[in-house]
Amino acid sequence: MAHPAFVTPEPIATASAVVAKGLSRVFGGRRAVDDVSFELHEGECLALFGPNGAGKTTLLRLLAGLLSPSAGLCLVGGASLRSGPAARAQVGLISHASMLYSTLSARENVEFAARLHGMPDPVGAARSALTSMRVLDRAETPVRSLSRGLQQRVSIARAIVHVPRVLLCDEPYTGLDEVGSAALTEALRERRTSGAALLLVTHNLAEGLALATHAAIMRRGRFARYEARGDVDATSYATEYRELVSVDA
Amino acid sequence: MTHASATDLAPPRRPDALLGIALAAVVGVYVRAWAFTPIEARQGAAQKILYIHASAAFIALYLAFVLLAIASALYLWLKDEKLDRVAESAAEVGLVFTTVVLITGPLWGKTIWGAWWTWDARLTSTLFLWFIILSYSMLRGAVEDRARRARYSAVLGILAALLVPFIHLSVYMFRTLHPMPILLKPSTPSMSPEMRTTFLLAFLAFTLLFAAFLRARYRVATLRDLVADLEQEAA
Amino acid sequence: MREGTAPSTMQAALLVAKKDLAIEFRTRTAFLSALVFALLGVTIFYFAWDSTAVAASDLAPGVLWVIFIFAALLGLQRSFGSELADRAIDGLLGAPVSRESIYLGKALANLVFVCGVLAVTLPAVVLFYNLPLDRGVLALSGIALLAAIGLVAVGTLFSAMAVNTRMAELLLPMLSLPFFVPIVMAAAQSSARLMAGRPIAEAWPWLRILVAFDIVFVVACTLAFPFTLDE
Repeated sequence: MAHPAFVTPEPIATASAVVAKGLSRVFGGRRAVDDVSFELHEGECLALFGPNGAGKTTLLRLLAGLLSPSAGLCLVGGASLRSGPAARAQVGLISHASMLYSTLSARENVEFAARLHGMPDPVGAARSALTSMRVLDRAETPVRSLSRGLQQRVSIARAIVHVPRVLLCDEPYTGLDEVGSAALTEALRERRTSGAALLLVTHNLAEGLALATHAAIMRRGRFARYEARGDVDATSYATEYRELVSVDA
Repeated sequence: MTHASATDLAPPRRPDALLGIALAAVVGVYVRAWAFTPIEARQGAAQKILYIHASAAFIALYLAFVLLAIASALYLWLKDEKLDRVAESAAEVGLVFTTVVLITGPLWGKTIWGAWWTWDARLTSTLFLWFIILSYSMLRGAVEDRARRARYSAVLGILAALLVPFIHLSVYMFRTLHPMPILLKPSTPSMSPEMRTTFLLAFLAFTLLFAAFLRARYRVATLRDLVADLEQEAA
Repeated sequence: MREGTAPSTMQAALLVAKKDLAIEFRTRTAFLSALVFALLGVTIFYFAWDSTAVAASDLAPGVLWVIFIFAALLGLQRSFGSELADRAIDGLLGAPVSRESIYLGKALANLVFVCGVLAVTLPAVVLFYNLPLDRGVLALSGIALLAAIGLVAVGTLFSAMAVNTRMAELLLPMLSLPFFVPIVMAAAQSSARLMAGRPIAEAWPWLRILVAFDIVFVVACTLAFPFTLDE
């Protein structure tokens, strides 16, 4: 790799959950993601910051297997996402859109996701996912009748119902109240301690750094900074982030 | 990314020589057909429209449409934008030639069959081919994103190629009264040697015209995509 | 908790189909409007012809199949709307199931929808047009099923494409109708033979076209579907 700043920090655990090598995605003439490389091991959490249009969402969609890279590759649990559907089973995605069917109830939505992932006990899995997001009492309500924040909680339950080993979160705290945020943080911590790798996109630096083992700043499709959390000074990071980003403004 | 260089971007200074030759050939063939080819005994002067009608039909069905199908299939395989432009150009020029077939056919039919339109197998097939290419063009116009437009239209191009035999078979089973092509059957000398020569020359001239149109249309598509790329880069 | 095994293509297709039918059953608007449309069409067509000049049994096959394809288009129209509303399709595409199984599931749900419309339209035509259909009912149902399979195969694929275009409502019929031509011709011709009390053998050449169409387009559209997804 060209820049010394991109060298992967020392891994905490051994097995690598996510590997991106020279990952690029071009839309028409625009390079939304441009030669991004990083590695995340089990139990690690990468907090990804960056201004709007930096390519964070595209990167997440590449890692979820929803987009195919124009160049480079990404491995999840050692398997390429392009090799077949199986590798996608290990990934969970919380995105801007709820990915829910509005006429179906919260329980039906989450159970459907559990069945699609071939969970042995979809009913139980859905129940425990909804419980962890504290929306079990609204499980039978059609999603369209739920408030925005509750929909977000159901959406998160949908994303974690299959106990993914890699959890990609695109601004997951948006719209959540205190109870929801606490439930999400708890769920993310639980996923991490049981060996999942997390990728957390957020605008809130404090929120991201609280959970992270690594931090990266994305700008114009590239990682402008990438380092271990231990090397980050939380107080000066905000200033440095603003300086880095203001180049575009 | 298939970037053309800046020199490609400049409009051609010379006039399109191929197009000029093709047009001259078409005019030449029609002068020959009009003045130097005998009038067919039973059909009279109306038969002369068949020189353009049959040529256009051949080109639309066997050149334009086959090219569209092949370029579409290859695009889904290779994902090369050039193939999408070939498909786009073949469809549009094919639409023009199919339209010519559908206009000249009734002109001839009114004189010979006594009706502008009959639901004969070949006519009907051609009409549906025209509809298919038209909906192909509508689809292209309705999709904003270039890669998506290329994929969608390639899918339609391939499915259309699969559909044509079904349409032809079913309308043929419905009924038919169209004269079967007699040109390339030497055993039935129903055409005079002059007429046959004129026919073959017409085929060649219109094929040349098709190639010239195709090339010109392809260039337009290339330039349009290039402009879009440059606009996006500037933004 | 432990990780499950990914469902097979058929299992995944059934899951998707069941989910679509659950959504449709919950709202019922599309099915009811397609049904009302079909019944209205059947009655309106009756008055479009002079019943003293044209025998009802000559009219019935054409009426049935023309109404049927337009009613089916109403159903196909909404097939992918629910997937795009909150990007639920990302949930499908992110799951460890093949793209083909998603298509097959959507098509299966549409087939049930279309057969449901047929199950009401067909008796309505028999009733309103006084068809003497004592022994042909089973054969007619068979033709209807064959026609529905081909129609749904093509329609589901085009629905997936049309929903991402600027004029979805207009484009789906534009794309689909040329493909419905062999279906309508074959279905109308073969059911006309049956409704006229002719032996099934006379309808056989048309039935072969229907079967061939179904095979070719179910395979082709299943293979083509992944190309309609943005990746």
